[in-house]
Amino acid sequence: MSEKVIDIHDLYKSFGTNHVLRGIDINVHKGENVVVLGRSGTGKSVLIKIIAGLLKPDSGSVNVLGKEVDTLSTVDLRELRLKVGFCFQNGALYDSMTVGENLAFPLKRNTPGISNEQVRKSVNVTLEAVGLLKTIDQMPAELSGGQRKRIGIARTLILRPDIMLYDEPTAGLDPITCTEINNLINEVQRRFHTSSIIITHDLTCAKDVGDKIVVMKEGKFVKQGTFDEVFSTKDELINEFYDYNFIQ
Amino acid sequence: MDSNIEQPEKPVISKGIDGFFKDIFNIVLFIGRIFKEAFKRPVEIREVIRQCYQVGYKSLALITMTGFITGLVFTKQSRPSLSEFGATSWLPSLIAIAVIRALAPLVTALICAGKVGSSIGAELASMRVTEQIDAMEVSAINPFKFLVTTRVMATTISIPILVGYTGLVGLLGSFLDIHLNEQTSFTSFFQEAFKNIYFLDFITTGVKAVVFGFTIGVVSCYQGYHATQGTQGVGKAANISVVISMFLIFIEEIFIVQIANSIR
Repeated sequence: MSEKVIDIHDLYKSFGTNHVLRGIDINVHKGENVVVLGRSGTGKSVLIKIIAGLLKPDSGSVNVLGKEVDTLSTVDLRELRLKVGFCFQNGALYDSMTVGENLAFPLKRNTPGISNEQVRKSVNVTLEAVGLLKTIDQMPAELSGGQRKRIGIARTLILRPDIMLYDEPTAGLDPITCTEINNLINEVQRRFHTSSIIITHDLTCAKDVGDKIVVMKEGKFVKQGTFDEVFSTKDELINEFYDYNFIQ
Repeated sequence: MDSNIEQPEKPVISKGIDGFFKDIFNIVLFIGRIFKEAFKRPVEIREVIRQCYQVGYKSLALITMTGFITGLVFTKQSRPSLSEFGATSWLPSLIAIAVIRALAPLVTALICAGKVGSSIGAELASMRVTEQIDAMEVSAINPFKFLVTTRVMATTISIPILVGYTGLVGLLGSFLDIHLNEQTSFTSFFQEAFKNIYFLDFITTGVKAVVFGFTIGVVSCYQGYHATQGTQGVGKAANISVVISMFLIFIEEIFIVQIANSIR
């Protein structure tokens, strides 16, 4: 088994009296795509926000690339974040910047002394990787939902992270665009050798991209394994997912 | 596990008072962080200049119109009272004192609180609710320094310049009215106008302008940066930014005038 890039142990997180995460344990190995599957409000997004250091856990250990995230100084956390890419549900593109500027911004800020020519080249290569070079001069408001997600992925990729965290990458997209995004996630894994956690409630996405599936319910992991292992057992929770996705 | 056990509510005097003191504490921390980030390298000169352009240059048309009308109308309304005593020759001096000491900083600050404060509040709130601020953070960019510190610096630099400009334009509006009615020349108007203006007046106005600019920046950035509740939160942040900024501007005006008068 390859080395662990994310190792979470006994993670708890509450917001007031709302106990969102109740003892989560999860490992992600190098080059592995782990899908966290669960209904809305089960704490999936909270989990990856804790991994990215956006939220602090109440207790438990969150080890990313050998570093305990919640004990890092601001400087060390910023350094770690260069290696951990986060793709937001709606892209979270900077709407006052063009697509090209959206990609150039984090690169310029994190690479002192980089020339404009190098930035331009890197932006072009990354946009090409997500198949959207033609949108380089467009504003985010002019893009479709799928394009925004792809640009969000490109903006994350431009820093060449080791780990990708995807928050509902296919939510709100039509089936064809969903397939394109799933293919892109797999392509990113192959081409950039990333390890990923993909948060979703979409079974097709889970099946297409997940090396390992973890099913979450009420802040706990209730099942994990490969897609076939998890979905061979027809219990109530799994049936709910099948019904939901069939209706979708 | 402790976190799994329901914690009893902490005792509070009342939720309102508790919240008020919490806000004050958070604002003090917020201001402290602005100063800390402002002196940390790298200095965001480009972004500060861009924000100065947004705050200053883009407010010029509105400030010009308002300042000019303020000077003109104030002159028109003061003339009847002064002419009753045959003292219309005091008009330039009276208007200059009013414009430089009070109207220019106050009018500029109130207009900027409305225009700039709401714009900063809404922009940052919108960035917060659409996760753009989180996106900066996870891209290893310091959003506080880039978004908040630069905007507060821009309002603190630009508003004093706008105040000076408003004073000038206000006096020009006054001159126009006096010139049309009393045929006073440009030179004698300004000689008369600055007869009773002292160095302390410029200092007081300068201090007011800096304090007002800083207040608008801090209030609107604080409201925007901490916005919640989706799109509703954006409107709320813009609205509260304006209301609190205006309220604080009047309070600060009272204190600064009181201090200046005690020195005078």
